[in-house]
Amino acid sequence: MSNNKIWLITRREYLTRVRNRTFLLSTFLFPLVIILFIAGSVMIATQTHTHHKIAVVDANGYFKDYLRSDSSLSFDFSPGIDTLNYAERGNTAVLIIPALPEDNVTIYRLKFKKQLGPAAKDDLENRVNNAITDHLIYEKTSISRIQLDTLRSQSKIAALRTFDDNDKKARASNQNAAGAIGYVCAILIYMLTFIYGAMVMRGVMEEKTNRIAEVVVSSVKPFQLMMGKITGIGAVGLTQFLLWIVLLVGLSLLAQAFIPPSVGKEIMQLQQANAMGNAGNAIKVSEGASKIYEFKSAMSAANLGLTIFCFLFYFIGGYLFYSALFAAIGSAVNEDPQEAQSLMMPVTLPIVFSFFVATVALQDPTGPLAVWASIIPFSSPIVMTGRIPFGVPGTVPWWQLGLSMVSLVAGFLATVWLAGKIYRTGILMYGKKPTWKTMWKWAFHK
Amino acid sequence: MNILEVKDLRKTFATQIAVDQISFQLEKGSIFGLLGPNGAGKTTLIRMITGIFYPDAGEITFEGRPFDPMNDILRIGYMPEERGLYKKMKIGEQALYLAQLKGLSRSEALQRAKEWFVKFEMQSWWNKKVEDLSKGMGQKLQFVTTVMHEPRLIILDEPFSGLDPVNSNLIKDEIYSLARKGATIIFSTHRMEQVEEICDHIILMNRGQKILDGTVGGVKQQFKENLFRIGLERPLTEEDIKAAGASDAFAVVGRTDGQLVVKIAEGHRPNDVLSWFIQKGEGITSFVEILPSLNDIFIRLVEGTPLARQFQRL
Repeated sequence: MSNNKIWLITRREYLTRVRNRTFLLSTFLFPLVIILFIAGSVMIATQTHTHHKIAVVDANGYFKDYLRSDSSLSFDFSPGIDTLNYAERGNTAVLIIPALPEDNVTIYRLKFKKQLGPAAKDDLENRVNNAITDHLIYEKTSISRIQLDTLRSQSKIAALRTFDDNDKKARASNQNAAGAIGYVCAILIYMLTFIYGAMVMRGVMEEKTNRIAEVVVSSVKPFQLMMGKITGIGAVGLTQFLLWIVLLVGLSLLAQAFIPPSVGKEIMQLQQANAMGNAGNAIKVSEGASKIYEFKSAMSAANLGLTIFCFLFYFIGGYLFYSALFAAIGSAVNEDPQEAQSLMMPVTLPIVFSFFVATVALQDPTGPLAVWASIIPFSSPIVMTGRIPFGVPGTVPWWQLGLSMVSLVAGFLATVWLAGKIYRTGILMYGKKPTWKTMWKWAFHK
Repeated sequence: MNILEVKDLRKTFATQIAVDQISFQLEKGSIFGLLGPNGAGKTTLIRMITGIFYPDAGEITFEGRPFDPMNDILRIGYMPEERGLYKKMKIGEQALYLAQLKGLSRSEALQRAKEWFVKFEMQSWWNKKVEDLSKGMGQKLQFVTTVMHEPRLIILDEPFSGLDPVNSNLIKDEIYSLARKGATIIFSTHRMEQVEEICDHIILMNRGQKILDGTVGGVKQQFKENLFRIGLERPLTEEDIKAAGASDAFAVVGRTDGQLVVKIAEGHRPNDVLSWFIQKGEGITSFVEILPSLNDIFIRLVEGTPLARQFQRL
């Protein structure tokens, strides 16, 4: 009987939303927004490095031959340049290199009018050190300048491929691709938690402000009403997710149909070469083919089945964990949306914080921060889904995954229980300005 | 047989006692008035009877058994004072949904909804949304959703607020008809004059306590002041009566519309008054007892409190 009522409420919540035109619209617009968001941030990251022209005052005389200019850094060795006039001559900074003894660390200086930024500074340091190495090799050996350059360009042929050695058969793993997939998963969970959490809160507020709540709770228990709403909106989320998977599979099939046959053949060659163990270093293929191959192998390395399963698990778990709290807030506030804003802080903060932790965890997926944040239920949905594409049980041992799942289940049972207590009182309480203190009282006193 | 018995019911909130030791019995098929000013504790009492609140102390017996909220609320229909509907939901769907929450199957709900929609001339609304309805139309729909599952106990909290006279009468007639069919009705209001008309039995609450319990007629008898209104062929003033030699059976206390209002003294009967006028040769055209209104009784009960002054202004 009671399950039947939750089912009726779930059904209503689900149908009223799915039948709505905005559901279809948002289902198709959301992936577009995500793609634009990621593409935008990649664009910004790659396009914004500016060109720096750096004047060099060199006491050794040989840097002129070894420091190479390119699109990001160029060097100005014109005579008579110094710390006073470098800016007038169009340079952003001046590099002062004193005479360098061979056996001592010596300080050289950079003066600037405009900050270089950490990336350009690292780049500059590398180039200066390489120049010194090149100079020493040239001086101490009988190698010719041409031979040295040839060696340098030849030595760039090795490419690192990493393998996950935890299964019986080592599987190719691609850290960059895993990181990218992890990032997308973390962003998705982060955004979906907010979107559906807010949907639950608005739904509860609607029932309270339209005075539907008392009519309904004379037929069902407040807890059933709350759970029905949470499961109904959760089902909307799952439907949306399912549609995205269909969309994704459809699009990738479509994309495959547009791959030219020659590229397809090259991808096949790469796959065969990889299967034989010589990971594609002998085969010369087009850049497009190797990109697609990398993407495909990253997808298979990420263990797509497990990744999708875990994504669903953490989506549902995280959704239940946070939407219950959002429901409690919705039940406490009156007509004024401002009240909701101030109450939401303690709930939104851990979500935002988890996302920051996730971006750090993706850089170091086995570090203590990553491990603990993916076990504690406040942050585990976002952080764990970010880590899983790196490989289970390679990066994420089974015990961590198990502990994290159990603690998430315990976590959402606790928040649902707590929210149920707050909701029961809040939904029929009008006119009182709510605070977390009063909500706490509702939960623990009678 | 009593459909509902409430014994020593008590509910306190953090700062106040909302319902304090309330007991009453409710006969099956009666129309029961739950009266009291705003804040008297009526809604809290109702919320306990409808299983929304758990009482802190006391017992509720429903149809002879201890009240079991999970099942018994399916046999109760409650229209709260704070009531509303889903604005974006179609009216027909909404009626079906609320009836199903009360345990009806979808097909039963559909059949009954159609009957009620025909009865209240609402068929054309089926596919409209609540936001397209006027307030009065919404109230009618709300009433229908309250009684659709044929509850044995119907609780209506201020059912006429926001209704025009035509729709008020429609609902009033429906209340009578439901009571005739055996449903018991609790009618909660702070408008005393509505209760006099409709209810058989009332209790009056103030500050969480029951201050009066009885039938409407009984209560009025209990609080009557032996006042009578006499219509005479020849209008008389107090002075005329004094001049004629006053009786110790009554005293004139006022005049309304040319009629005398008299108070019969302790130990005398109306006949003593009539015989005095007859002896004096005055022609009597009417003789009516004046009973106090429930509003007057309530004011007398809470006399001297700020609440009484508030009600005197009404």
